[in-house]
Amino acid sequence: MIVAEQKSLDEIKSLIGSANKVLVVGCGTCVTVCFAGGSREAAIMSSSLRMSSKLDGVPRNVSDVTVQRQCEWEYLDTISKQVEEADIVLSLGCGIGVQAIAEHFPNTWVVPGLNTTFMGLPLEQGVWAERCAACGDCILGLTGGICPIARCSKSLLNGPCGGSEDGHCEIDPEIPCAWQLIYDRLSSMDKLDVLMELQAPKNWQTSRDGGPRKIIREDLRLVGEEE
Amino acid sequence: MTANPNTNGYLVGSNLERVLHAGHFAVTGELGPPQSADREVIGKKAAQLRGYCDAVNITDNQTAIVRMSSIGAGTLVVQEGLEPVIQMTCRDRNRLAIQSDLLGAYALGMRNLLCLSGDHQTFGNHPTSKNVFDIDSIQQIQMVADMRDECIFQCGDKMKGPEPRFFVGAASAPFADPLDFRPYRLAKKVKAGADFIQSQLIYDIEAFKVFMEKVRKLGTHEETYFLAGVGPLKSPGMARYMKNNVPGILIPDELITRMTEAGAPWAGKSKDELTKEDKKARSAAWKETGIQICIELIQQLQEIEGVAGVHIMAIEWEAAVKPIVEGAGLYPRPVVPEPTPEPA
Repeated sequence: MIVAEQKSLDEIKSLIGSANKVLVVGCGTCVTVCFAGGSREAAIMSSSLRMSSKLDGVPRNVSDVTVQRQCEWEYLDTISKQVEEADIVLSLGCGIGVQAIAEHFPNTWVVPGLNTTFMGLPLEQGVWAERCAACGDCILGLTGGICPIARCSKSLLNGPCGGSEDGHCEIDPEIPCAWQLIYDRLSSMDKLDVLMELQAPKNWQTSRDGGPRKIIREDLRLVGEEE
Repeated sequence: MTANPNTNGYLVGSNLERVLHAGHFAVTGELGPPQSADREVIGKKAAQLRGYCDAVNITDNQTAIVRMSSIGAGTLVVQEGLEPVIQMTCRDRNRLAIQSDLLGAYALGMRNLLCLSGDHQTFGNHPTSKNVFDIDSIQQIQMVADMRDECIFQCGDKMKGPEPRFFVGAASAPFADPLDFRPYRLAKKVKAGADFIQSQLIYDIEAFKVFMEKVRKLGTHEETYFLAGVGPLKSPGMARYMKNNVPGILIPDELITRMTEAGAPWAGKSKDELTKEDKKARSAAWKETGIQICIELIQQLQEIEGVAGVHIMAIEWEAAVKPIVEGAGLYPRPVVPEPTPEPA
């Protein structure tokens, strides 16, 4: 899932500026699961803004609404009236949600309430970790299901570097060395011979380096029917 | 590996390659470029190393701190009459930049290259920067070996004109984790095309012997020249810091004890009673012991089968190289004549 965390209230207030009618829009998908921008967080954000604005002596009219998925037009259609009535929308969706609102409502000023952090999973209650960098050319089949692109600090394909110590990465004792994990897993499954292969330079064209990406599935398109 | 017909059986014919090829125990040093555009620094450091090393490594933004570029400093080193080993990290350059920089470096007279992934930028003075890591050190080795031996760029395009011919080096960290994989990772680097290896600092000879035994079992020592990394300890504090904080460096307690005993208690005084002069004299005593330990380590390394030389890392203490090389009986350095081109 996409993992995000909230910006500070101060930053959010500076993004909102002098706007009076604020609509906080939560999202019911990834950011609900990571407790950053679901209906609960949207309600808390909206009351925090109301209280804080009151204390600042510039009371605002703040309300909140949460859609099932901010990144799909059909869900955004359900809130068009509220969006159009607002001076500003504070999105508690991920970066995709913010952009979906901007794209769908050309006359609405939308600002982000979250920092979209990574694609990952919860390790335990309150702890999330990155797992995928969306490089567009998955190599997990070569590395025992552990991604060195997302999890090695240097994204090495022929790791580990000399900075691996006691199972952690030299840049932070809290970061496990991805290549130690890969080594341990391949070793336990008697597949260490895989590590003797030289991995060739990666084709980064499928990643962001090839420019913004788009997928077109002709088999799924409805273009013909619509015409 | 195909030898260039113009280098008489050498891959490159650099001084370092000639010394190693002739079977001499090689000595390389290290010259850290300044954090400024001051060319005088290069001249001063080169003067301390000239004659004592077969080649000197020019670090590439070491520890991710901005310094004069390794190729720029390397050019000055060539002018100073010393042979550089230019270091090139994958942290700051993609495959285009690495290849184009190497074309320039070769044209400027550089002949040895050390391929590194590079210290992560969070350690340096620009921690907010974006890193590159388009390729890793092993892919870099293969790329530059292919530029030399196949005359191709990484994309496969044939080079139009003379190819850059580098004596290709790689790093090895014998004691980093996972320990069991280290000899194999070294073998991967050699398989990728590493002609010589310079290792992380070795202080624990017994642990290193175990590593080299595994390297010999794989036959790797016969396919590359392994230069063991050594460096003089400056103080017991530095020794303890490296032991506890630098991954892959093992320092036996007896060496730390020896360093400590060299300076304490100094002049029978407690720590607070030490004058400035006392501290200076104590530091000199530590350094003398550090150099002596380094000499002994080199002598022990010379006895280990598969060790073709030493790489002396005396960063910001270039003056230590002379007494180390002399003390280890490795001075004067051998002169192996340059190959004469065969008649066309």
